[in-house]
Amino acid sequence: MKRSGVDLLVGLFVLLGFGALVFLALRAGNMSSAVGLGPTYETTARFDNIGGLKPRAAVRSAGVVVGRVSAIRFDDKAYQAEVVLALDQRYRFPKDSSVKILTSGLLGEQYIGLEPGGDPELLAAGDRITMTQSAVVLESLIGQFLYGRASEEGGK
Amino acid sequence: MRTLLLPLQWLVEFVGSVGKGARFFVHLCWLAVAALRRPRLVIDQIHFIGNYSLSIILVSGLLIGFVLGLQGYYTLRRYGSEEALGVLVTLSLVRELGPVVTALLFAGRAGTSLTAEVGLMKAGEQIDAMEMMAVDPVARVLAPRFAAAVFSMPLLAALFSALGVLGGYLVGVAMIGIDAGAFWSQMQAGVDWLDDVGNGVAKSVVFGFTVAFVALYVGFNAQPTPEGVARATTTTVVAASLAILGLDFVMTALMFSAN
Amino acid sequence: MPDFLSLDRVRFGYGKRVILNDISMRFERGRVVALIGGSGSGKTTILRLIGGQLRPQQGAVVFDGHDVHRLDRDGLYALRRRMGMLYQFGALFTDLSSFENVAFPMREHTDLPESMIRDLVLLKLEAVGLRGAAHLRTSELSGGMARRVALARAIALDPPLIMYDEPFAGLDPVALATVAQLIRRLNDALGCASIVVSHDIKDAFAIADHVFLLAGGRIAAQGTPDEMKASEDPNVRQFLDGDIDGPIAFHFQAKPLAEDLGLGA
Repeated sequence: MKRSGVDLLVGLFVLLGFGALVFLALRAGNMSSAVGLGPTYETTARFDNIGGLKPRAAVRSAGVVVGRVSAIRFDDKAYQAEVVLALDQRYRFPKDSSVKILTSGLLGEQYIGLEPGGDPELLAAGDRITMTQSAVVLESLIGQFLYGRASEEGGK
Repeated sequence: MRTLLLPLQWLVEFVGSVGKGARFFVHLCWLAVAALRRPRLVIDQIHFIGNYSLSIILVSGLLIGFVLGLQGYYTLRRYGSEEALGVLVTLSLVRELGPVVTALLFAGRAGTSLTAEVGLMKAGEQIDAMEMMAVDPVARVLAPRFAAAVFSMPLLAALFSALGVLGGYLVGVAMIGIDAGAFWSQMQAGVDWLDDVGNGVAKSVVFGFTVAFVALYVGFNAQPTPEGVARATTTTVVAASLAILGLDFVMTALMFSAN
Repeated sequence: MPDFLSLDRVRFGYGKRVILNDISMRFERGRVVALIGGSGSGKTTILRLIGGQLRPQQGAVVFDGHDVHRLDRDGLYALRRRMGMLYQFGALFTDLSSFENVAFPMREHTDLPESMIRDLVLLKLEAVGLRGAAHLRTSELSGGMARRVALARAIALDPPLIMYDEPFAGLDPVALATVAQLIRRLNDALGCASIVVSHDIKDAFAIADHVFLLAGGRIAAQGTPDEMKASEDPNVRQFLDGDIDGPIAFHFQAKPLAEDLGLGA
């Protein structure tokens, strides 16, 4: 086969292959984990139990992604989990906003729901969000239910 | 006493051959980089190894996409989650089936042809003649093929997965009637380009190294007779396939257990 | 004239099996030397020792002042560029055409421009009478033609030493005579040393200046073709006369026949 013929076919093969890769990466997958949110400011929040929350989980307010969990640490003085939230600089929230750990769908991934409060003063970088609600742990729920049932029975 | 020494001798031989193989692998990698200085040779090999494998890879990818679409639909329908078909098909392909099935097909098609080609060259004294002409056959014959195989594998795996997604789309949306919007949007939400696609690419690169090395090593060390070459091609398929599946387990555990 | 190539007291074997025992030979430029002997007598082994593919257990192979087996890889490769080798079945590269096969050594070892390589290749093919077949693929060549193309490839870099491993095997009389004549003519034209390993007494003797007969790991006899023909040595006589029994026995080593058949003691 002639030189130019081979080169053409190989070039076509390489282009097709890379095209497939690009298609998979961009159209089939999402790049949200790589494409940053732009400049962010960090705030922290303490939880008794973070459940299945993972770093890079979304922070949503009114259902829209406004930030990401950048780090999760354990505070061994207060025996609580400390979560660092990186919030998009475009959005500012009142100082008394609350955060909850919610689950997307019934058995889906956990994310942080941010509900704005009413304080005229806004959260700044390094601030701590004080109103927090921990994740719902299935076992505790079942335990509560059974305990509730038992005390009901006992009360009769 | 003699019988006691036998397993020990066997062990020593085995370890020795592992060492020989490892040395050959490193030598081949080194020479493969040098071979890039002669792009003509590598490009010719990419043509023989990559282009000639395209038909089987593309068709298989499409067919597997069809099957995934069907099977996935029947299973998801039980939980009312048909709309997750897109993410199911894509994740299965990109994480596992794409790299692994492509590698297995590649071992069977390109791996055996490499082994047979090198084995026959050895049987016909061509390797010998090259050595006597002061040309290193490993550098001139094996290294360009190694480089071409390592380069072609990830591309073939990507094509397989892409066609599989297309196949799943055709069955799920065009044939069965799942909402196209849900198909793509759930897929895009559920498939991460680095964690899923990236890891899949990493797997196919490792598989490329594996298949290329096994095929060339077995062919180069085959007995220079017709039976020797025939046996060598069988060895290549068996050894490469087992290595692929074994490495797949190890890599999956490393890459995806963190989730 | 200083020895161009010499084997000094070379000993080679595999484990306990000794193939060559204390062999000493001298080769000069401009002479065709024939190595004859039975199968397994070590003729091809000698060629491999000269080319550095095998290592002798004892003794030395000296080519143009260099001890072949004391050289590092680069030195050995440099030496091999000055040796041409013709294999029994040609050993042409099957993925290349005839032209490309002959051009191979030139492209690998020289920086000559393509136009010059083209001219040289055509001249080499002309020397073996196959310039018109330059474009043919190796699969399209007959046995004799393939061997001649391989010969053209062996002389591509004008080596001072050419080795021929069974160049006459399996050829029809015409092709055989062609190859034999080419070996002699090239040797005289290039002034190189030629070593021909062969079973073919008549044709080897016709072109050789000196003959070595190998038997039992040693040089059983040597001399000019005429001297060999007149020799009374039993090894030489058996080989030249084609006797089926002699120093090379007819029967492979075995128990007495009566024992094998289970007959009386």
